[in-house]
Amino acid sequence: MREENLIVSVWRGDGEQGEYVDYRVPREESQTVLDVVTYIQRKIDPTLSYRFSCRVGMCGSCAMTVNGKPRWTCRTHVSKVAPDGKLSVGPLRIMNVVKDLSVEMSDFFEKWVRAEGRFHPTKTRYDDFDAIKPADNKRKIASAGIECIGCGICYSGCDVVAWKAEYLGPAALNRAWTLVNDVRDGGQIARLNAIAGDAGCHACHSQQGCVENCPKHLNPTASIAGLKRVTAFAALKGGLK
Amino acid sequence: MRGSHRSHANYWAFGLHRISGILLALFLPIHFHVLYLAVHNDSVFDEFVYWAESPLVKVAETVLVVLLALHLTGGVRLLAIEFFPWRDWQKTIVAVTTGLSLATGLIFLLNVI
Repeated sequence: MREENLIVSVWRGDGEQGEYVDYRVPREESQTVLDVVTYIQRKIDPTLSYRFSCRVGMCGSCAMTVNGKPRWTCRTHVSKVAPDGKLSVGPLRIMNVVKDLSVEMSDFFEKWVRAEGRFHPTKTRYDDFDAIKPADNKRKIASAGIECIGCGICYSGCDVVAWKAEYLGPAALNRAWTLVNDVRDGGQIARLNAIAGDAGCHACHSQQGCVENCPKHLNPTASIAGLKRVTAFAALKGGLK
Repeated sequence: MRGSHRSHANYWAFGLHRISGILLALFLPIHFHVLYLAVHNDSVFDEFVYWAESPLVKVAETVLVVLLALHLTGGVRLLAIEFFPWRDWQKTIVAVTTGLSLATGLIFLLNVI
């Protein structure tokens, strides 16, 4: 028998001060955690801050800590995570809390830049397109990692990020790996130098929390392992600074 | 239903590898000290060997063997992740490495008894 009401503990406050506050939310069929949070804001307390946009698992803005685990709330069904009718919703760990469930994501995205996560073009608009076959091995490796929506769930679930603040983290390194396998990119040496340092791929302990939690079922650990191999061989050949 | 970002097999494998590594590092100076005794102080070494035959020490030795096996198989697992193509059966690998380590301890125990 389902409870008629869910008991939902929601973090209220900023990163320094705050507490979990209990709310009663009516249980609905096919209810998502984002529906629950929205109900609280619309019907119980309009001062609750949280972030969402697309509601269909594309934009990556609604990630929160749900019953202890980082999850995308728009695609997380209450029936899956709270069969006993008890739900705890907090901000993503590691990132600084702005207010309630909204976190500051600047560090997370700055690390993408630091990992040389941008494309370095080698051609101009006057050149012809590169012909890359979908079956090409490097293209297949790149394709396996490009569906990242930048939600920060892997980052928030990674203890290495928690222990080592400057660590680039699984998302930024996964992005770097997709570009390492992009044959059109001309910034490979700068990228390998950016991700080979102390804060780069070799800091990863292969705990695989990123693989476990990624809502898009990507595999940042495999990407980071690939970077470890590429940087190791580059160092042996004297290709790194 | 509460959980943690840490509640999965690969995190436990990381934990086992870290704990076994720390315990082995603590054991190593003791090991070197006994080797030193064997070279420089025969009588104390003989006393130590006699003491080491006691059942409690044998149990501790079994734990040591399991720790060594855990750290060895865990290390091979990590090298495989980093230098071989990715395999999707990571949890199976964790189960096999842990099982092998416990089996090694059991074989050691059987030899002792």
